[in-house]
Amino acid sequence: MTAMFEINTLLVGLLLVDFVLLGASRLGTSVRQVAAQGALLSLLTLAEHAGWGAPWRVWLLALGSGVVKAVVFPYFLRRALREADVRREMAPYVGFTASVLVGVAALAASLWLASRLPLPGPVPSPLLVPVSLFTVLVGMFLLVSRRKALTQVVGYLVVENGVFCFGLALPEDAPLPVEVGILLDIFAAVFIMGIMIYQISREFDDIDTGRLTSLRDEAS
Amino acid sequence: MIAALVLVPAFAGVLALLLRRDRLRRALLVATALTHLGLVAAVWRATPAAPPTAWLRLDPVGTLVLGVTSVLFAVAAIYAVGYLAHEVRAPRPDMEEDALFANGPEAVFTACLLFFLATMTLVTVSQNLGVLWVAVEATTLASAPLIFFHRHHRSLEATWKYLLICSVGIAVALLGNFFLAFAASFGPAGSGSLVLNELIAGAPGLHVRWLKAAFVLLLVGYGTKMGLAPLHTWLPDAHAEAPSVVSALLSGALLNCAFLGIVRAYQVLSAAGQGRFAGDLLIDIGLFSMALAAVFIVAQPDFKRLLAYSSVEHMGILAVGMGLGGGAVFGALLHLVNHSLAKGMLFLLAGNILAAYRSKSTAGVRGVGAALPVTAALWVAGLLAITGSPPFGPFLSELVIVKGAIDQGHPVATVLFLLFLAAAFVGMARPMLTMVQGEPLASLPPSGRDRWLAVAPPAALGLAVLLLGLWVPSWLNDVLRAAARVVGGGS
Repeated sequence: MTAMFEINTLLVGLLLVDFVLLGASRLGTSVRQVAAQGALLSLLTLAEHAGWGAPWRVWLLALGSGVVKAVVFPYFLRRALREADVRREMAPYVGFTASVLVGVAALAASLWLASRLPLPGPVPSPLLVPVSLFTVLVGMFLLVSRRKALTQVVGYLVVENGVFCFGLALPEDAPLPVEVGILLDIFAAVFIMGIMIYQISREFDDIDTGRLTSLRDEAS
Repeated sequence: MIAALVLVPAFAGVLALLLRRDRLRRALLVATALTHLGLVAAVWRATPAAPPTAWLRLDPVGTLVLGVTSVLFAVAAIYAVGYLAHEVRAPRPDMEEDALFANGPEAVFTACLLFFLATMTLVTVSQNLGVLWVAVEATTLASAPLIFFHRHHRSLEATWKYLLICSVGIAVALLGNFFLAFAASFGPAGSGSLVLNELIAGAPGLHVRWLKAAFVLLLVGYGTKMGLAPLHTWLPDAHAEAPSVVSALLSGALLNCAFLGIVRAYQVLSAAGQGRFAGDLLIDIGLFSMALAAVFIVAQPDFKRLLAYSSVEHMGILAVGMGLGGGAVFGALLHLVNHSLAKGMLFLLAGNILAAYRSKSTAGVRGVGAALPVTAALWVAGLLAITGSPPFGPFLSELVIVKGAIDQGHPVATVLFLLFLAAAFVGMARPMLTMVQGEPLASLPPSGRDRWLAVAPPAALGLAVLLLGLWVPSWLNDVLRAAARVVGGGS
């Protein structure tokens, strides 16, 4: 097995997870899928850096982000889910079948966009840039088309995963303190969002953000 | 020295979490704010030496934003002492609905204020765009609990929107950073480094298409945080629902920090010869922000939202000034200082009015002039200042921007700029003056209830913005000119 093959397999895995997320109605599935995406990304980091022979800082980052994204986040989100006692995304703004169709269009758009941008040198896989752009788009779409606070956090994580995946295409890695800082920020963000979900569920007996509509202005 | 600027408030924040006694913690808040101000005064007089490629380094633009942040924070910290001392602890009835609500723990509030200062300081001293990103996202996280200090469902909604919209916006900025790194890794000399001076030095070799895409992403990302329309939707909610002292810091300090992110990207594009592309985008989004803000200012029934939309308008002014280039850059930087001082003052005064009247509705507040005479006088002065009337500072800075626009040959932008300023003036003056006039309701506190700690801080800011309109001191002028030169505004 060549590294290219492994990388392509992992990228196709990411792509499939994106589609599952678009069609998922159960919140538990969304949490599980975004955790799987985190695990795939940390494997991808290793595969991209020559697998077992990767330097220690790559191992550190891959393991760190893997633990945070595949273990800690699902734990937070599951707890929030239990507190809020909701299981399903009821009546999203865009239906699940339509969402998958939007996903197909987004995939075509990302492939086209990636073909328009020249690459500076050899990249690990020609799929890397389109798949990461697609993941960002899917995350954005989940954010605007779903009502439950928890699904919106999942959308945010998918956007972050897409950006992270794009970062892997860079010929030069970001310096370690910056990578650690980025990971810490995302960790703290999800931690605070988890607390807010708990507060929302206590205030409204639900985590439907469609209820958060008392603040608005009408243009005069 | 630079590390101390970030670490002092960060450690004080941890300490604030551990302290049990409220009075001690409030003393810590003020002491830290004043220490920070002292350190900033020291670096202002003599910029600490650092190699040009250091990650943490103070350049003139960073020094300017840092100075404004530190001054505003010191004033807000003193105001916060009076505010926290007079906040009712027990659950109390909501002013708009019947439900009861309580405040969050004061220790967390104070600690988050200090963390907020630490993260904003880090934004101003970052010369590595990756570190800058980390710091800007950290400001969001430190300030979210501040907005949720009053635990009711409206502040919950505002905090949720703030957290989610800004975090996603900032994620887009991270993608922009990666695009920039891509643009920098072309060619034999390409390093992919995100250190500002290395990017600027290698600017001619940057790949233009990636560079332009990077600027658009960074503008959208940091523009979300800065409150540029149409990405501003979190801003009025967060500013209206946060305690007024927090609104003052969000508007007067945080928005500048986000603006700094855009300025850094603009510096790189200017150096790469793409300044016109970036400038035109900034002018367009700036004018759109001013237009949208003017629409929402007219007939706005809530005075804190009124001030929030005014912030959107002024961020638009900054973007227009920066985008015009030339002499207007100096105007934009001077306007950054003026807006922070004037808007900080107005939000603190709005807090006084809110505390006395327990209403944010412009229709529900009458006779501030009789009930709170000092607050009312300052409120009118603040209105004149923020709408750009002489002799206050914003008049001067807006004049410099308009002159820049005319000199650069942008007749349409000039006319629109003046038109939106006039609309905002009319839209703000009518409700804010009506609030001052008339007879206060019988149920209100008797006249002369202006507390010293509630009026002295905004009065100090008001005095500063008045002085800036009459005379820009040489120590400020030097830094402004140096900063304008760095950004590419000449003279």
